Amino acid sequence: MTTYLQAITATLAEAMRADPRVLVIGEDVAEGGPWGATAGLAEEFGTERVRNTPISEAAICGIAIGAAQSGLRPVVEIMFVDFVTLALDQLVNQAAKAHFMSGGQLTVPLVLRTQGGAGQRGGAQHSQSLEAWLTHVPGLKVAMPSTAADAAGLLAAAIADPNPVVFVENKTLYFRDEEFGDTVVPLGRARLVRPGRDVTVVALSRLVHEAVAAAEELAGEGIEVEVIDPRTLVPLDLEAIVGSVARTHRLVVAHEAVAHGGFGAEIAAQVQEAAFDELDAPIARVGAPFAPVPFSPPLEDAYLPGRAEVTAAVRALLGCPPGERTLGSAP
Amino acid sequence: MADHAGLEVLRTMWRIRVFEERVGQLVRADEVHGLVHLSVGQEAVAVGVCGQLRTDDAVYSSHRAHGHAIAKGVPLGRLMAELMGRDGGLCRGLGGSMHLVDVEHGLLGATGVVGGNVPLALGSALAARLLGGDQVAVVFFGDGAVQGGIFVESVNLAALWQLPVVLVCENNGFAEFTPRSAHTTVERVSDVVAPWHFDRETVDGNDVVAVAEAFGRLLSEARGGGGGPFLLECLTHRLRGHYEGDPQHYRQALAAEDWQELDPILRLQRLGLAEGWLDADAPARLEDEAHEEVEAAVAFARESPFPPPGRTTELVYAR
Repeated sequence: MTTYLQAITATLAEAMRADPRVLVIGEDVAEGGPWGATAGLAEEFGTERVRNTPISEAAICGIAIGAAQSGLRPVVEIMFVDFVTLALDQLVNQAAKAHFMSGGQLTVPLVLRTQGGAGQRGGAQHSQSLEAWLTHVPGLKVAMPSTAADAAGLLAAAIADPNPVVFVENKTLYFRDEEFGDTVVPLGRARLVRPGRDVTVVALSRLVHEAVAAAEELAGEGIEVEVIDPRTLVPLDLEAIVGSVARTHRLVVAHEAVAHGGFGAEIAAQVQEAAFDELDAPIARVGAPFAPVPFSPPLEDAYLPGRAEVTAAVRALLGCPPGERTLGSAP
Repeated sequence: MADHAGLEVLRTMWRIRVFEERVGQLVRADEVHGLVHLSVGQEAVAVGVCGQLRTDDAVYSSHRAHGHAIAKGVPLGRLMAELMGRDGGLCRGLGGSMHLVDVEHGLLGATGVVGGNVPLALGSALAARLLGGDQVAVVFFGDGAVQGGIFVESVNLAALWQLPVVLVCENNGFAEFTPRSAHTTVERVSDVVAPWHFDRETVDGNDVVAVAEAFGRLLSEARGGGGGPFLLECLTHRLRGHYEGDPQHYRQALAAEDWQELDPILRLQRLGLAEGWLDADAPARLEDEAHEEVEAAVAFARESPFPPPGRTTELVYAR
């Protein structure tokens, strides 16, 4: 057994042992960072390869891109995804486009590790889920592991990948104790978390566990929910999602990010383009309301989508019988 | 300046000048496309710096990149083909004037985002050090880049990590359409970095000998493991507008006689004639040779087809 966090630390150490070109750069990484994701790495690999930086997200990201273009394989840590805003020029205008704009001459084998998500009373600037922005940029890959095994497997794949990969962890998952898998998980392959015949729930990151809890609750009522975790948003395993929808004919997409403009909208659009005739009901979206994450604990708890919202969405879909599709907004 | 070195410097400066003047014509003829920024008048910086670099020293350029590319050894034909958006271009038609890359010649990038190239050079310098090489990274930027936050972040990190990088500022006094005095109260870029106490120098950037001597000193320190970073500020003059087509309402054109005094090519020719390493007929010959090379480049570019339609999606990700 291991935690999500230990899986990340172990994978970083393994990658650094296997390849001297791998280095870790970020704020406080030599001290392990606020959660300990890089704890012990400086002791084993030294501070040349585990480089503490000032609070300079843009320059950190740019240095990592230049280093990646010149033969290193940097793993950058941006402490909170909220601060990726400060590095977006480098990520969007440099990292994502270097291979393309150089006609294939440059490659940027860079991993940007960061973490998002609310639930720890962090307030509106330390709790966001901003992954949808990053999926909108051609040239970036985006991974969002929900388990320790996937955190390890996807991180190993991300470090080996010749492209910039944004690796979005979730702070509330760090200390979950889980089975450890040490196999590489290829980018772009979804995981069937739980099979079910009635409704498909495609869930991201923390919402995968909420969807499983919802499925367990609904199973008691005879409703069988299939839960799919795409694991990477770019590339997206649309085939696995459409295959599931072809069995269940109903789809809920669930994530913690604000539903408006969230990645669930993209999944819904792609599914209806690929498999409109398979759908017996409108696709339902579960996501946060269109508001910043509130600080006050009862407000934050109410804001966060979870098991109850997934359960309600599934029930609503099943209350919409085949042949009586409603027009307008999702139930 | 030694005979041979002087001639080669002059030859490269003419190559840049004639190439860029031809690019200006081709912009007006709608053969070169997009936003094009010429460095006519600033050739001494490109040549004084790049002429001393090895092929494996990384150079990062700005939106005004043609001169740096040529001085770094990029072939003129593939450069012109890129500006024309052709398949035979350096970047296979996907980059354009502001995004030139030629890995084979150590040009690792130019950027259309002012200041965005500075940390990239630090990264290449870091890679050189960690991989055990003695390469030095150089980044060119204008005085307009210095007021951006990423410049200060980068300078601080380069100093903290003592990276073998030379920051080369081409201070032409204008950030796009606005004089430096309207953007900052700090006149000299070399003063901006003063608190970090690394070696820095401000030189007459239209005097190629001064540029080369100052840069040579900084380069040998960087190469020799003497830590870094270093900054060279070259005071220069952008003869043309910010971009081709810029009506330049914001400034008075330089009087022709003043430009005769400032022009880095004419200045080096006067020096060469005075020092005796340049024949009286050499300037015209060098200019003619540059025209021949540039016309060959134009012909190469015109013969190259536009890229196939599938090019746009095939190089988004590396495999």
